[in-house]
Amino acid sequence: MKETEAKVVDAPHGTPRIYLTGFVLSIILTAIPFTLVMTNTLPIGWLIATIVVLAVVQIIVHLVAFLHLNASSEQSWNLTAFSYTLVILIVLVGASLWIMFHLNYNMMIGG
Amino acid sequence: MSDEALTSNLVHSQEHEFNNIASTRLFGFWIYVMSDCILFASLFATYAVLGHNYAGGPTGKQLFDLKGVIAETTCLLVSSFTYGLAVLAMFRKSKNGVIGWLALTFVLGASFVGLELNEFSHLIAEGNGPQRSAFLSSFFTLVGTHGAHVSTGLIWMAVLIGQVMKKGITQNTSTRILLLSLFWHFLDIVWICLFTIVYLMGVL
Amino acid sequence: MLGKLSLSAIPYDNPIVMVAFGFMIAAVIALLILVTALRKWKYLWDEWLTTVDHKRIGVMYIIVAIVMGVRGFADVVMMRSQLALSYGSHYGYLPPHHYDQIFSAHGVIMIFFMAMPFVIGLINIAVPLQIGARDVAFPFMNSVSFWTFFVGVVLVNISLGIGEFSKVGWMGYPPLSEPTYSPGVGVDYYIWALEIAGVGTLMTGINFFVTIIKMRAPGMTLMKMPVFTWTALGTNMLIIGAFPILTVVLALLAMDRYLGTHFFTNSGGGNMMMYVNLFWAWGHPEVYILVLPAFGVFSEVVATFTGKRLFGYKSMVYATMAITVISYIVWLHHFFTMGAGGDVNAFFSISTMIIAVPTGVKIFNWLFTIYRGRLRLTVPILWTLGFIVTFVWGGMSGVMLAIPGADFVLHNSQFLIAHFHNVIIGGTVFGVIAGFTYWFPKAFGFKLNEKIGKSAFWFFIVGFYVTFIPIYILGFMGMTRRINHYTNPAFQAPMWVAVSGVGITAIAILLLIVQMYVSIRDRNKNRDLTGDPWDGRTLEWSVSSPPPHYNFAEIPAVRDIDAFWDMKKQGIKHSRPAQYHDVHMPKNTPAGLFVGIFSLLFGFAIIWHIWWLTIIGFIGVIATVIVRTSNDDIYHYVPAEEVKEHDDHHAKQALAQEV
Repeated sequence: MKETEAKVVDAPHGTPRIYLTGFVLSIILTAIPFTLVMTNTLPIGWLIATIVVLAVVQIIVHLVAFLHLNASSEQSWNLTAFSYTLVILIVLVGASLWIMFHLNYNMMIGG
Repeated sequence: MSDEALTSNLVHSQEHEFNNIASTRLFGFWIYVMSDCILFASLFATYAVLGHNYAGGPTGKQLFDLKGVIAETTCLLVSSFTYGLAVLAMFRKSKNGVIGWLALTFVLGASFVGLELNEFSHLIAEGNGPQRSAFLSSFFTLVGTHGAHVSTGLIWMAVLIGQVMKKGITQNTSTRILLLSLFWHFLDIVWICLFTIVYLMGVL
Repeated sequence: MLGKLSLSAIPYDNPIVMVAFGFMIAAVIALLILVTALRKWKYLWDEWLTTVDHKRIGVMYIIVAIVMGVRGFADVVMMRSQLALSYGSHYGYLPPHHYDQIFSAHGVIMIFFMAMPFVIGLINIAVPLQIGARDVAFPFMNSVSFWTFFVGVVLVNISLGIGEFSKVGWMGYPPLSEPTYSPGVGVDYYIWALEIAGVGTLMTGINFFVTIIKMRAPGMTLMKMPVFTWTALGTNMLIIGAFPILTVVLALLAMDRYLGTHFFTNSGGGNMMMYVNLFWAWGHPEVYILVLPAFGVFSEVVATFTGKRLFGYKSMVYATMAITVISYIVWLHHFFTMGAGGDVNAFFSISTMIIAVPTGVKIFNWLFTIYRGRLRLTVPILWTLGFIVTFVWGGMSGVMLAIPGADFVLHNSQFLIAHFHNVIIGGTVFGVIAGFTYWFPKAFGFKLNEKIGKSAFWFFIVGFYVTFIPIYILGFMGMTRRINHYTNPAFQAPMWVAVSGVGITAIAILLLIVQMYVSIRDRNKNRDLTGDPWDGRTLEWSVSSPPPHYNFAEIPAVRDIDAFWDMKKQGIKHSRPAQYHDVHMPKNTPAGLFVGIFSLLFGFAIIWHIWWLTIIGFIGVIATVIVRTSNDDIYHYVPAEEVKEHDDHHAKQALAQEV
């Protein structure tokens, strides 16, 4: 059977508008933290909180606009796997920080 | 049944079969990406724990140049967008569109790697390589692992461009374009975490 | 040109090692000669080395696991005999540096190259059949998984005669594993064998997770899957979430060793406690990876040999998933004594005790299944009953260790050694032997000798208790782990009892080997022609033994839990498809083997600092993958006539044996 016509698999895909929206939002969500840090306009606690929140928002923008992750039934297993990974990630990083902070304090590790 | 009907049945079931294989591959690759998240999480945890162990050496504030980071971020973010355009071209069945947008993505990705290698070589030349302190070890490893992933993506992209040039948009190449798209966008997401936690927080 | 490699890498000064290595080389050469003499190279290549068939890959995993188990057991014999001899002014026959390599190799081999492949082998053989699939989601990746695992095995075995193995224990803690204190190649063999095999394991995790989620037969919802498949799902979820952590921590250690970084060093801001933290963040899920499939085997075995549906299916599923999730939040119990303090220790102590609960639920479910069932005392059931008693003991000693105050006394003592051997042997080893006996007829078409199997069981379980009860006692007496000599006279008697226990276990192992020989010799008398030797309940028993490479003539439609039992009740177990179709299957390929060969070159070269060969190996792996992806012709169709012919043949044989 000769392939005269291009064959594309059936898969979730976005529209040009979704990609463009995601792109523009990402630019904005990148420009703001860089500007805030480079001009040092906020007190440091607020600064850190802001850039973290903005990063989380930008990640969500990427997930939805570029990776087409959503609550639809085709994406349900992807979403489940992602949630499971997120939980492990938070536990791994969070608990490691908690443990190592305590160890460093008790064992008087310097540096 | 007529021969034509039989053939079209066969073609239809082959396509159905292939869509199953393709969706299985997409899901499998998503799961691999999840495991890669854990890999990066371990590296981030290491950076978080060791990131203030300067061993009397330089800190991030003294070393990081945010202008370079902005350049790198621009390259990667735009490349994510151009990859999206390549995927859209693929769904429009435009072979030249795919090749063109993928090639542009490649250039942007290669620029990102080039900028990063430049940053690393400067640091090493100044004596601030990964052997200087635990902070620098974890910095180079975390950022470097991301860079290595991007480089692997570039090799994949080059091979894929070659395959599309040779065979056009087929079931196999279109599946691979989608798999690489998962990889590429995932790497941009990791970069968001990287520039926030390593560079932005590093200079504060 | 050859990096650090030279002829002085061969340990001429150590006669024991030279003999062992010589024996190993001789065995390999004998095998090669045998295959050549029997003219089986083409058969081996076509049917095994290039296979992508999950059943064949599973068999290969298990064969290697058994061989490595024997090697790991040889380590046991050496260690326990050394300890029985080396009291006071006697120092035994194993000097400390050799002894250190033995206990390090023992741990690495038994966990990574015996238990893991055995468990993964059983999952490979059974799961696709149980869910009514024709193969796994990614058959080629499955073969790559096997070959990278095999490369790990080869590297560990090469280390016996070329260079040395790690002397710092199976966990490789820094700073002892750093180049300052371990300048030789031993730790590098350890790192790269595990890194390469670990890539394969991660691929297996992804493969089976996707297979179970996406490739079940129509009608088989998640809550109708066999329990073994549920435990396989949990295991693979654990692999996906945990193995990347091991990859990272070993890579960081490698960077310290090769590039002079300061992750875990004494100086430069390194923090060796972070190694311990990350290692066990992987290490705890790892032990659940080892034990969950064993639990799955026991569920299948108990249901089959009581002729009853498993009691409490839903709670079994919830317990399995609970164990999977909770196993990510207990890992600090491996280092209570490292100094994290009361708060941290308390949290992990409680979470560790909580994880014992779902296992308890499982034990009760098995007991309630047996209650009022018609239990057939077959070999798999004996191993199951042995497990129930033994594992509960081991689990209880674990709950004792979960109390930080107690752990401060017992950490790294012989009590700990006894605990984890109790659960790994009582859990995983008993489970894989039960699973091996249970699924052997499916894989090979004939049953194993029942009588010898029962004797082997009794010798094994008695040997186990005679070995390890003294070791618990030694722990309470204050003996630590990893010592090759002691001066406390009170240790002597338990040592002698322990080594006689090893002798009893050795008889068990010999019996298992004899069982294999006798079973093969008598295979025609013990043929399984129906495909269902045990009156089973799940779908793997609905196909011939061995199954055709495409598993099912027609994908079955599933209505209920224990799908095959349900078919029997409906009277449709012998039903034949109305029409046979061509079956779409993947072709065999040598690409997996080539990935393995290049990985081996890479691993060996990087260990010995042969940089040009390292690059060749690395590029070779990538090139093989690229060449493979350039090949679009990777499937073929099995003609409908061939499918029908096999099905006819099976139906005839089944009817004949049933009559």
